[in-house]
Amino acid sequence: MTVTQLDPSREERSETSAANLTAPYVERAPVEVGYFARVWRRLRRDRSAMVGGVLVALIVAAALLAEILAPYDPAEQFRDGLTPDGQPVPSTLMDGRARFLLGTDANGRDLLSRILHGARVSLLVGVLANALAVTIGTLIGSVAGYFGGRLETLLMRFTEIMMAFPTLLLAMTLVAILKPSVWIIIVVIGAVYWTWIARVVYGQVVALRDRDFVTAARALGAGRRFILFRHILPQLVPTIIVWGTLGIATNVMIEASLSYLGIGVQPPTPSWGGMIQQGQSFYRTAPWLVIFPGLSIMTTVFAFNLLGDGLRDALDPVQSGKL
Amino acid sequence: MWAYIGRRVLQAAPVLLGISIITFVLIYYLPADPARMYAGPSATVETVERIRHRLGLDQPLWVQYTRYMERVLQGDLGFSYRKQTAVTELILNRIPYTLALTFGGVLVELIIGLPVGIASAVARGRWMDRLGMFIALLGVSAPPFWLGLLLLYWLGFRVPIFPLGGAGSLAHLVLPALTAGLGGAAWYARMMRSSTLDILSTDYVRTARAKGLSTRGTIIRHVLPNALNPIITMAGMDIPWFIGGVVLVERVFDWPGLGRLAVEAIETVDVPLILGTVIVTSIIVVFSGILIDVVQALADPRIRHSRLAASG
Repeated sequence: MTVTQLDPSREERSETSAANLTAPYVERAPVEVGYFARVWRRLRRDRSAMVGGVLVALIVAAALLAEILAPYDPAEQFRDGLTPDGQPVPSTLMDGRARFLLGTDANGRDLLSRILHGARVSLLVGVLANALAVTIGTLIGSVAGYFGGRLETLLMRFTEIMMAFPTLLLAMTLVAILKPSVWIIIVVIGAVYWTWIARVVYGQVVALRDRDFVTAARALGAGRRFILFRHILPQLVPTIIVWGTLGIATNVMIEASLSYLGIGVQPPTPSWGGMIQQGQSFYRTAPWLVIFPGLSIMTTVFAFNLLGDGLRDALDPVQSGKL
Repeated sequence: MWAYIGRRVLQAAPVLLGISIITFVLIYYLPADPARMYAGPSATVETVERIRHRLGLDQPLWVQYTRYMERVLQGDLGFSYRKQTAVTELILNRIPYTLALTFGGVLVELIIGLPVGIASAVARGRWMDRLGMFIALLGVSAPPFWLGLLLLYWLGFRVPIFPLGGAGSLAHLVLPALTAGLGGAAWYARMMRSSTLDILSTDYVRTARAKGLSTRGTIIRHVLPNALNPIITMAGMDIPWFIGGVVLVERVFDWPGLGRLAVEAIETVDVPLILGTVIVTSIIVVFSGILIDVVQALADPRIRHSRLAASG
């Protein structure tokens, strides 16, 4: 596996301004500062990454401000939220204003309010589960890769076994055993999703551990833990940022899938997957009950994917072929 | 080649053993009481205890596990409490449906994904490439169960071409296979695009173009054979996720496969059936992985030689 390098020289040349053409290279600012400044510059030029970033910001804002943005209480059942024969009401205009902008669900509740509140659960689970997965994966991958030996065999064998489990089925079984709640779902998704990150990190650390700067640090008498934390882990920061973003997309999808199967977030807490499950039996007469929550899931996953792809290109332009 | 396959199968044994232990331990700590489930809600405490003893549920964990594994190795996965049928029989009845769906889904992935990826790479940077990749990213981001419901609504209900669910004919398979395959197709399109771009920039392609080979000729003669390898690797990593997708698709279309059975088992806390379905799907995952490695060795002489050397 190719190693992510914090090599400044490439772009440095192309972006050298007239002012410091005369200045010798060695007198430039420390590499770390320049690196992230350049990453940000590249990211800003990447139109699709910026679209993803703006979408992510909007979704986060919608989740945080759900109380204010939602026209109604997501749990309130309106008398005019159902037709006389008990069917959900579609989006209709009354006096030029929408009573229910996206229609109502089978209980006469406002769909828009429920979708806005549903964003909270999706993001909470997506972000926290992924933080957990990245932490476990980085820890296991780097320890196995750096220390080697019997520990390496043991940890990577365990990773291999966990990877052979059908992910969703394992998550379903675990949640069913532990009884579904938002926190249990976060822990379970984190506990089944770390394997990918462990594999990627492991590959990078194995490639790094015999590099000259590691040997040099060891020759200077640095301990193994010091080398791991000061020299190896900082090299993994780009990988962690990219997976920290792309993984949220996947975990939002896993949460939605679990909730759709009825083994995820439980009513009355509104979740997008759960809303599709409840709307499913009405999909012929009230398709909006399926369409809008699904669009919300897709937009969220899409936004994190766009941003993650953009970050990968910006953090490592050499490897992703953009340079 | 056979030595290599044999070695891979032997390597799979500890993985499967690990899976069976992890699943068994997890289920052992299940809060629900299997003996009570088996006896039914109206049974007396004495009956429940008698059943607990008869099923060996009063034995320590490792005794239960070794007894279970002894039977599993003889092909007996136990008896479903809820369905009052042998688990092996229940699973065997469902496997053909899941295989049909898997086959259909993979076909959709390849038939749509590979050409779109190649076309995108050839038209790199132009609107067709951008549009193709935009749609592909949307496809990766769309929940499969939602896509399935949309397809049902439009092609089953509004324009009634296909049946609204269930199984029985080839027409029943079309929508589920499309649903199972579309997300993957989008993924393969992205992979195929980047792998085609890599190959198009190699020296041997430049040489081929210089001697006058057409674009189509280059694709068929150089890009396809060389792009196959990373795609097969991807397919191998994709399997556990694909099976997860199948579980969802089976739920949407009421498709009587293994995934539906697993969901039913988990919903009704049917312990032997949960164990059976998890173990069997894991076996399918592990052996598909081996199959893919073998296919890869057959497709790529370099890998074939290195693997044969390692096993010789």
